[in-house]
Amino acid sequence: MFKYIIKRLLMLIPILLVVTFVIFTLLYITPGDPAKMILGQTATEEAVAELRAELGLDQPFLIQYLNYMKDLIFHFDIGTSYTTGQPVIDEIMNCLPATLKLALSSILIAVVVGVPIGVISAVKQYSIFDNIVMVLGLAGISMPVFWLGLLLIILFSVRLGILPASGYSTWQQMILPAVTLSAQSIAVVARMTRSSMLEEIRKDYIRTVRMKGQTEMRITIFHGLRNALIPIVTVIGTQFGSLLGGAVMCETIFSIPGIGRLMVDSIKTRNFPIVQGGVLFIAIGFALVNLLVDIIYAFLDPKIKAQYK
Amino acid sequence: MEHTSNEKLLDIRDLSVEYHSNGKIVKAVSNLNLSLKKGETLGFVGETGAGKTTTALSILRILPELPSRITSGEIWFNGENLLLKSKKEMQQIRGKEISMIFQDPMTSLDPVATVGKQIEEMIGLHEKLPKKELREKAAQMLEQVGIKRERIDDYPHQFSGGMKQRVVIAMALSCNPNLLIADEPTTALNVTIQAQVLELMKNLKRQYQMSMIMITHDLGIVAEICDSVAIMYAGNIVEYGTVERVYENFCHPYTEALFDSIPSLDEDQEELKVIAGLTPDPTNLPSGCPFHPRCPYAGPECAQQAPEVRETEPGHIVRCHKDLKGGSGNE
Ligand SMILES: Nc1ncnc2c1ncn2[C@@H]1O[C@H](COP(=O)(O)OP(=O)(O)OP(=O)(O)O)[C@@H](O)[C@H]1O
Ligand code: SF4
Ligand SMILES: [Mg+2]
Repeated sequence: MFKYIIKRLLMLIPILLVVTFVIFTLLYITPGDPAKMILGQTATEEAVAELRAELGLDQPFLIQYLNYMKDLIFHFDIGTSYTTGQPVIDEIMNCLPATLKLALSSILIAVVVGVPIGVISAVKQYSIFDNIVMVLGLAGISMPVFWLGLLLIILFSVRLGILPASGYSTWQQMILPAVTLSAQSIAVVARMTRSSMLEEIRKDYIRTVRMKGQTEMRITIFHGLRNALIPIVTVIGTQFGSLLGGAVMCETIFSIPGIGRLMVDSIKTRNFPIVQGGVLFIAIGFALVNLLVDIIYAFLDPKIKAQYK
Repeated sequence: MEHTSNEKLLDIRDLSVEYHSNGKIVKAVSNLNLSLKKGETLGFVGETGAGKTTTALSILRILPELPSRITSGEIWFNGENLLLKSKKEMQQIRGKEISMIFQDPMTSLDPVATVGKQIEEMIGLHEKLPKKELREKAAQMLEQVGIKRERIDDYPHQFSGGMKQRVVIAMALSCNPNLLIADEPTTALNVTIQAQVLELMKNLKRQYQMSMIMITHDLGIVAEICDSVAIMYAGNIVEYGTVERVYENFCHPYTEALFDSIPSLDEDQEELKVIAGLTPDPTNLPSGCPFHPRCPYAGPECAQQAPEVRETEPGHIVRCHKDLKGGSGNE
């Protein structure tokens, strides 16, 4: 198991190399000159050229990339912000807590709400509850984050005035953004739980447990849900990834100073080091969540555990 | 209705079970009567789809809830009608009073729990024991069926098919049930393992002194371990009697066909003889006697009127218009 984790962590390196290269290329071909953005429209040609040289932007693409990687690998340095002159790592670290708080509370809501709904839906298949949940689930999946966010703000902050529309430090402030961001995930988790449960509760071993005289509640949870967990955990993992993406929109709507908003702002000002750093962080986060999911598999399925040894 | 006979452990009266699937109704069991004495082993024979498993699941009331419906009948067990029991009362009967071994050992164990835990769960449901004793008892049960106690923490996938079936048997017997229903316990296993598992069951049955219903396709198994035998066709029992009487003096054309389909040992037969004709479509059973399209003895009355049961000799019951042995029917 330990060996497996080390192996997986080492496999992160090539993945991150590819990610940095792709994002570097994308930013390189993005129209708009960072030097011009920093100095403003009125700057002289010479001043712009000077700044370009200073930032290394006059170098050929490959040299720029190699310089970036050299700093990253040997100094763990991912550059400095064009606008503030602060190290990128500091800027990101400042924004990380807000994003993590948002993403974690959203995924928590998705699990706590989505899994029980899915279980009940499966056990009561074709019931009114099941039908309503399935319709709502479809609505939840197709509802854009920004639209739901605005609706919730209008209802709870403007009309009812019971919840704040911005900020992120108190739990009251977290409610609307977290609910907004989790809506899709609740639907996805509930649907996956339902279909995975439906498959499990029809299996022969469930009948065996019933034959033993076990109660329906325990059969459902300790055997049905327990066996249905693998696809559910998988979908929770991928949802966590897409939450990081959804956070960009959500942070903008609710004015939360997270990584998402930092990156949007940085793209507008062509502050490339920040954008690169942000993507790198998200990629690492995504990879770590995947690793975590794989480790959880081993605890859920004895057959998988046997393979890891 | 009052239950009079104390001798009978199980008495199924007029049981009918239907499945509803895709708008069609499958009459899996129709007006079935069957009883079992204490200590008796009953062979329950019939081709695939006859309704054997459905009957067994009805006794334990673990039929799949959505598609199935018990439309008539009573199931008396130890003087009480199981069909009138509450959910909670049934939970106390399952496993403790009546226990079952299922058709396919490959799928009947929970893949993510150790075999020990699965046996412990069964015992713990019916006996309040401290954890340590539960585990000890589970280990003893494993040893009973010839599995080393060290394997108690292994998962089902680490066992072969035959060993899994042993685990299932250990589990089924762990609460010392009065009635064990074994649903084709050996069909999924290869021949050598089959013999071992059968031998094991024979010994355990003697040791635990329980009654048993042995569901099988195999008349050889019935001859080896059963006292009486019920032959089932299309949801009903067509012939019933002691093994001795039925084997010597079978009276139903379907039973005859079953015996004819057994490959004889001296002939080196590659293929099993199959009974002529198709198994009936359970959503649309033939009128009259459901066997009439395949029956070589069928007469005009067979397609029109369902035969009633009659006793050909004491305790030997046949459901047929004709009398195979005597020649004339009893219309
Ligand atoms: N869950 C179900 N839904 C619909 N029909 C079913 C269901 N289970 C069984 N049946 C039908 O009921 C009839 C009786 O099935 P049952 O399983 O009791 O037969 P069996 O005698 O045990 O056969 P086998 O020897 O193959 O195990 C069959 O026609 C079968 O197709
Ligand atoms: S009743 Fe008629 S069709 Fe049915 S088994 Fe007897 S002889 Fe054959
Ligand atoms: Mg069956």
